[in-house]
Order: sequence, then structure tokens, then C-alpha cells
Amino acid sequence: MSVTAWASCLVTAAGTPIPPAEQEYLFLARQMQALSLAVHIPLVCFGVAFPVMVLYSEWRYLRTGDVMYRALARRWSKVMLALFAVGVVTGTILSFELGLLWPNFMASFGNVFGLGFALEGFSFFIEAIFIAIYVYGWDRLPPRLHLLCGIPVAIAGVAGSLFVIAVNGWMNHPSGFTLRDGRAVAADPWNALFGNPFFWHEWVHMYFAAFMVAGFLLAGAYAWGRSRGRWGRYERLALTIALTTAAVAAPLQPVIGDWAGREVARLQPVKLAAMEGLGPTTSGAPLHFFGWYNGSEVIYGIAIPDLLSLLAFHDPAATVQGLDTVPVADRPPVNTVRFAFQAMVGIGSLLALLSVIYLYVRFRHRRLPTSRWFYRAVVAAGPLAVVALIAGWITTEVGRQPWVVYHVMRTSQAVTGARGIPIGYGTLIVVYLCLAVALAWLLHRLSRIPLDPDLDVDLDGQADHAS
Amino acid sequence: MLPEIPMVFILLGLVAYTVLAGADFGAGFWTLAAGGGQASRTATRDHARHAMGPVWEANHVWLIFVLVICWTAYPVAFGSIASTLAVPLFVAAVGIILRGAAYVLRPQLRDARAIESLFALSSILTPFALGTVVGAIASGRVPVGNAKGDPFTSWLNPTSLMIGTLAIATSAYLAAVYLAADAERLGERELERDFRSRAMWAGVVTGALALAGLLVVRVDAPSLWAGFVSGAGLVMVIVSGAAGLATLVLVRRRRYGSARLSAALAVAAIVAGWGVAQRPAFLPGLTIEQAAAGRSTLMAVVVSVAIGAVVLIPSLVLLFGLFLRGHLDEAHEPQAPAPDTRPVSGAQRLRPVAAFAAVSFLIGVAFTLFGDEGWAFTIGVAGLVTCAGSTFFLAVTLPQD
Ligand code: HDD
Ligand code: HEM
Ligand code: HEM
Repeated sequence: MSVTAWASCLVTAAGTPIPPAEQEYLFLARQMQALSLAVHIPLVCFGVAFPVMVLYSEWRYLRTGDVMYRALARRWSKVMLALFAVGVVTGTILSFELGLLWPNFMASFGNVFGLGFALEGFSFFIEAIFIAIYVYGWDRLPPRLHLLCGIPVAIAGVAGSLFVIAVNGWMNHPSGFTLRDGRAVAADPWNALFGNPFFWHEWVHMYFAAFMVAGFLLAGAYAWGRSRGRWGRYERLALTIALTTAAVAAPLQPVIGDWAGREVARLQPVKLAAMEGLGPTTSGAPLHFFGWYNGSEVIYGIAIPDLLSLLAFHDPAATVQGLDTVPVADRPPVNTVRFAFQAMVGIGSLLALLSVIYLYVRFRHRRLPTSRWFYRAVVAAGPLAVVALIAGWITTEVGRQPWVVYHVMRTSQAVTGARGIPIGYGTLIVVYLCLAVALAWLLHRLSRIPLDPDLDVDLDGQADHAS
Repeated sequence: MLPEIPMVFILLGLVAYTVLAGADFGAGFWTLAAGGGQASRTATRDHARHAMGPVWEANHVWLIFVLVICWTAYPVAFGSIASTLAVPLFVAAVGIILRGAAYVLRPQLRDARAIESLFALSSILTPFALGTVVGAIASGRVPVGNAKGDPFTSWLNPTSLMIGTLAIATSAYLAAVYLAADAERLGERELERDFRSRAMWAGVVTGALALAGLLVVRVDAPSLWAGFVSGAGLVMVIVSGAAGLATLVLVRRRRYGSARLSAALAVAAIVAGWGVAQRPAFLPGLTIEQAAAGRSTLMAVVVSVAIGAVVLIPSLVLLFGLFLRGHLDEAHEPQAPAPDTRPVSGAQRLRPVAAFAAVSFLIGVAFTLFGDEGWAFTIGVAGLVTCAGSTFFLAVTLPQD
């Protein structure tokens, strides 16, 4: 029997193993989950992308003997370690929260998707072990061995994001189990997690997003420094590596986004309808830019005929399922999803444009751009990429509502019955704010440590470093 | 048989976490209680502070390991525990964030009192909170259900408080032993003597607490007590006591390496004893067998832990090998000599790379945009990734005018 059919059994048989408690804190619990994820995910972008950049610099140093690359890799590796540590603790909060906020979800389905987190745990082990060897071993290990010790860090970053996103893909497109009394039995975790058509696009899209976020944020720091007169060879090199990392990912991201959109259209038509605010089922559906969904259609938007059908099914006449195919109670909050989606796509297009300009100047004129506006745009690109990242996740997660496990378990059935969530939420906000301030201070401080004086650099650009 | 194997993993993870991360927590404790030795307070704090830098993250992952195995293999039990014990778990989580932040900030902030106290406090709070969680489970105060237990007395009760305190004492003891050994390696005689006597004291206190704890359990959790005084449970208690005494002797003789091993044995034995004493119950009215997930999930857990162990154990051996021999200390030596280098004549080799990037771009975009099956997307993504990689290479190696 299909999962969807089981879902209806579930709704009638309210017999989850742990029956749902009062729902008063559902909304807060969702906010709390979203806050913690929004803190964790930009940080782990660095866990994914930074090792690659650091290793590249070190490898260049070994190839060319140019100590500037070594200085770069060393300094970046310190930042990487700090961000990793913060990623670790924020990730730990998430693990706790899964149990603290959604005990029913864990109790009913932990046996299906838990494996993903178990595997993720191993990749964190590897990452934590080798990042320590790498960063603390700079002067102690022979150069080549040192480089080798960095490779597991990069691999673990890839694997870690793969496993956790496999879980998310499963939540969006659950399979690999049978439902009995609201609880998964006869689970087949390998199939559920990795035989899942929904997770590959999420993973690839997230992976490219990680490079964009980390690359643009880092490049933005050097672009900002440029406006302050810090523009020596070291800074130029750093900016080139960071910006190129982001710029090779950004123009390709819309291509992957198109793939993601088609998967959503195929497997989660209601989410797609919410992303566009499509009320009735329509053939040759239009796409609206901006505007507001008033409960049945988008008003005040700029409509482009047939575009939605074209994008979602690559056929301008295709029929797109509308929101009215499901009862109101089964629709996600349309405007949130729609706004988030448009923000992501808009930002994604701007960043792709910026990247193409950069690559053009770099290849055509064999230099970095010189316009001041270009560097201002790079400064803005980092925060914008973070916004796109969060907006994308809001599209995915809020677009899945009201289900925590799509068509199987409602979010309201998953939530904890424990009280005190408001206190926890308040505490967490304060803690995260302190963490953000501390991290900002630390990064500023690390950026002010003077470069090694014996680096042969053109001293013009270095004047400011002595401060 | 199979339903209990993940429980063995959980208990092993718990032992590893207690022994390894416990020593980290204890180092935090000693930055607070840094007085009373021959070495100055500052020297003591510096010593405690430097010790754990490289390994704390790896040690911390053991906790994650315990959590994920628990929710995968025993989901209903996990849901019940997490909802009833939300308060201490949340406290532990906040403690973990604060500690992580303090670890990150301290290298830049040598003598900031606020950070120092934050670090010390969170190092005490976290093991205590986690100890109360263990106590709540051991004394059968977590009923099955969504937040069905009492939110406060479930973890504010004699057994929980006792285990929480014991967790702090054990941490302090383990850390003192480690720090003494580390001081010996660095040739810091005064520090070594200080930490040796601290270790002796902490060891005695820990032992006394453990004995007192047994009495508490006898009154507060009679069924657990029954498990502790018969059969395998009793053997484990005796092993733990003997190993505990042995560590005191070893520390006295300055055999720190063996002392750490026997301390680990003492912890392992008491955790195993707990498992045996409570068996077959996990939570009241829920046996391990009933709590366990289905066969294929359990097999998946066992297989992935087995595969994981093959990668993990050599890596851990490497890390601790380097760490304990001081290869990860901050270096003040001359840097390693620059390698032999070949001047790269980038320019000539760029053209083929550019062609390659262009081809992979076309393949990647075409297959991703027009594919609709797994194999097409695989080719498409491979094309996009190679395109990104080769363009990156070009853009950063291209000489700049
Ligand atoms: C830097 C970040 C970034 C940028 C520039 C883009 N995206 Fe994105 N997008 C994400 C970051 C992201 C994300 C945060 O990584 C998401 C959330 C879930 C996921 O798989 O990726 C996501 C999800 C996501 C989804 C929903 C997938 C799902 O629910 O499974 C679609 C349809 C798109 N994206 C489409 C696009 C398009 C057409 C873009 C074109 C410009 C685009 N994204 C740019
Ligand atoms: C990685 C990026 C992710 C982000 C940014 C994200 C974001 C969110 C957001 C915004 C919500 C709140 C939904 C609402 O307010 O209506 C949410 C809910 C939730 N997410 Fe995700 N999510 C992410 C990944 C995951 C993953 C990998 C899991 C894996 C288990 C997960 C589990 C949940 C759960 C359990 C909820 C609560 C139920 C719900 O509201 O749907 N999320 N997430
Ligand atoms: C798409 C979403 C996510 C991605 C890509 C991701 C990736 C990562 C990565 C790469 C790390 C390593 C630390 C670092 O490099 O900074 C990390 C840490 C962590 N993440 Fe996430 N994560 C995501 C969401 C989640 C969720 C939903 C959870 C929990 C339910 C989680 C739990 C953890 C934990 C526990 C750690 C710390 C592990 C340690 O102790 O080393 N993550 N995450």
C-alpha cells in the first residue's frame, strides 16, 4: 500500500506511540527549530567549502614554493578551525532539539532516518580528528603529509552534508517503511535514505550554495579591506581564490535550481503551487514576479504567460496542479513560501550576473576588476548569499507544511508536550546573539594579526597591517 | 541478541565520552579551582587551558554518537527521554555552546576573567546536567510517552543529584591525572606535583562519592540496587572499585599512563554494571527488546558502526598518538623547510584546460537541464562540477598583469 494511503489511516487512528500533546507551543517550537537551523547552516557552509580553499592554497605553495600561499593557508586554517568549533556546538544544539522539540517524530521514524545521522556522526568524527591534526600540525608534520591530513577534512565535509540532507530528502519524500499505528515498522533505512529521488538535487544544490556562501563572504571581507586601503599582494591573492570559488558556482546554481524545481513539480506539486501562488489547476500556467497571494490568486504581480509550465515541466502547455487540489488545512503558508522562493531566485540571478562579470574581466583582461562598484557589490554578495541560502531552506521546509514527514505525519503530531518552550526559546536567542557577537569580534581580531614580516611582499599594500 | 548490540555501542560511547570528554570538562574545573598549589594560579590555569585544545572536538563527538545511535535503534525510548528530561538536556546543550565559544575565544583572550569563568562554569554545568539525565533513567523515572514524566523531580532526585556530582568529581579526577602527566612531559616539576596531589584528592573524593552513591541507590532505586549486588552487576562493582583503588596507587607512583587506563576501566566497569543491573528494562515497562527498532534498522546500525570503526579507530589512534607525544603543541621552532619547487609555466597549459572547461560546461548544462532520469543527472552534475573545478583552476592560476 502506498505511503499516502497509510497517511489517511494515520490521521484517523490517532494512535502514535507517544500520543500528541497539547499544541500550544507548536508555533514557538517551529520558530526555535528554524532559528537554530538558520544559525547552523551558514556556519557549516564554511565546513564544506573552506577546507577545499585552504588545501588548494597549500597545494599551490607546495607546487610553486610561493610562501604567500602558505601564509594564506595558515591564516585561513585558523579561521576554519574557529568556525568549525562553532559549527560543532550549533549542530549539537540541533541534535538535542530534534529530541527536545519533536519527540514524536523521533519516536515514530527514528528507525527509518536515524541511520543518516549515525553516518553523519562518523563523518564528523573524521572531520574533527583531521582538522585538529591539520591546524595544530602546521610546523610539526612534513609538508606533504600535512597536506594529506587535510584531505579527509574536505571529504568529511562532503559526506556530512550528504548524510544530513538525505534525512531531509526523506522527510520530503518518505519511503522505505510501513506504517502501523502511526509508527514506522519494517523500516529499510538504506533504501529510504539513499534510494530516494528527492535528495540528490537538494544535496547538489546545497553543495554549490555552500561554496557560494563561503566564497562570497570571504571575498567580501577582502573587498571591504580594499576600500580601507588594504590591498597588498596577499589580499589580492586571497580575494582571487575566495571570489573565484564563489564565481564558478554561482552561474551554475540556477541550472541546478531548475532541476530542483522540476523534482518539486513532480513529487510535491502542492509545494510548487505554493511557490508560485497558483490557486486553480492550470494548463499553460503563468509565472508572477512580485505580487501577493490573496487566498485564491496572485494580485499586483507581473504575470508572464506559460512560464511556470515551461519551467516546471519544460513544456509551455503543461498542466500545473493548483493549491485547490488539497483542502485548506493541507496547504502551506503560501506567501511565506512564495516570497522566500522569489528572494532566492532573485538573489541567485544577481549573484550569477556578478560572477559572470568577474570571470569575464579575469579571463578577457587577465586582471581583477578595478571598478569601485564591483567591490561594493562583492561586499554585498556575501550577506545576500546567506539570505538566499536561508530563503531556499524556508521554501523547502515551510513549503512542506503542514507535514513534517510529507503526507505521513503532521508537524502538530510531532511536537513535544513539555512546557517551558518559551523559556528555552528566549534563552537560545540570547545565547545565539552572544555567540554572534563573540564570533564577529574573534574574526575581526584574527584578521588584524599582522602577516609574517619576513614574507617578501610589496610593502605598499602592507602598510596598514602593522597596526 | 541483535536488539542489545546497539545498547552495547551506546554504553561504549558513554564510557568513551566520560573518560575523554570528562577530562576536558575537568580541565575547566581546575581553571576554577586553580589555587592552593606551589605553582601560581596563572601557571596552573594556563596549563589546564592549553592541554585540551586539539582534541576537545573529537571527544565531543562521542556524545553525538550516543544520541544518534539511541534515536536510531531505540526511537520510542529516545522520544520519551528527550521530552521528559527536556530541562537538564537543554541546560547541557547551553553549557556545550558556551564551552565551545569559550574554547574558540580563549586563544585570543589570554586573561579575560569573564571568558575564564564562563568556561569553568559551563564545564561543571554540562557534566552535572548529563549526570542527572543518567540518574533519571537509572532510577526509572522516565515513563514511556511524550513528556509523561515529572519535568522536575524526574531529574531533581537523590540518584540524579548523586550521579551528577559524581560526574563532576570523575571529570576533575581524570583531568588531574592527565594534566599531571602532561606537566611531566613538559618538565614542569611544580605543576606536576600540584596536579598529582590534586589527582590523589579528587580520586579519594570520587571513590567516597561512589560508595555513598551506592547507598543512595539502595534507598532511592531499590531495583537497580538489587542488580548491583548480585551476579554480573556485583562483579562489575567490584572490578570498578578495584580499578579505582589501583589508579590511586599508580598516580602515587607517577605511572600516569597506566593510571589513566585503570581509571577508564573503573568508569567502564561501573557503566557496564549499570547496564547489567538494569537489564532487561530500558524504561519502566519497556524492555530493550521492545524498545528496539526493526531488524533491518538494527542491522544497518551494526554495519555502519562496523564500517565506521574501521575508519575511525586508526584515525583516533593517529590523533591521540600525535597529541600525547606533543606533536600538536604550539610550535616555536623554525618552520619546516620549503619544498623543492618547480617554476610553473602556467600559460601554456591553460588552453587545454579552457577547452576542457567549456566542454564540461556544455555537457553539464545540457544533461542537467534536459535530463529526467538518474543517469542523466549524474552525468550532468559531473559535468557541472568539473566545469566549476577547471574554471576555478584557470581563474586562479592565470597570471595577472
Ligand atoms: C546561495 C544559495 C542559493 C541560490 C543562489 C539559489 N538557491 Fe535554490 N535553494 C538553496 C540555495 C540557493 C538551498 C538553501 O540550498 C535549498 C534549500 C533546500 C535545498 O535543497 O536547497 C534551495 C532550494 C531550492 C528549491 C526547492 C527544492 C526543494 O524543495 O527540494 C528550488 C526549486 C530552488 N532552490 C531553485 C533555485 C533556482 C531556480 C535558483 C536560481 C537562481 C536558486 N534556487 C538559487
Ligand atoms: C539544513 C537546512 C534546514 C533548514 C534551514 C530548515 C529550516 C526549517 C524551518 C524554517 C522550519 C520551520 C518550518 C515552519 O516554520 O513552518 C523547519 C522545520 C523542521 N525541520 Fe527543517 N530545515 C533544514 C533541514 C532540516 C533537516 C536536515 C532536518 C532533518 C531532520 C530538518 C528537520 C526539521 C523538523 C523536524 C522541523 C519541525 C517540523 C516542521 O516545522 O516542519 N530540517 N526547518
Ligand atoms: C543541510 C543542513 C546541514 C548541513 C549541510 C550540515 C553540515 C554540517 C557540517 C559540515 C558539520 C561539521 C561542522 C563544521 O564543519 O562546521 C556539521 C556539524 C554538525 N551538524 Fe550539521 N548540517 C546540517 C544540518 C544539521 C541538522 C539538521 C542537524 C541535527 C539534527 C545537524 C547536526 C550537526 C551536529 C550534531 C554537528 C556537530 C558534529 C560534531 O560534533 O562534530 N546538522 N553539520
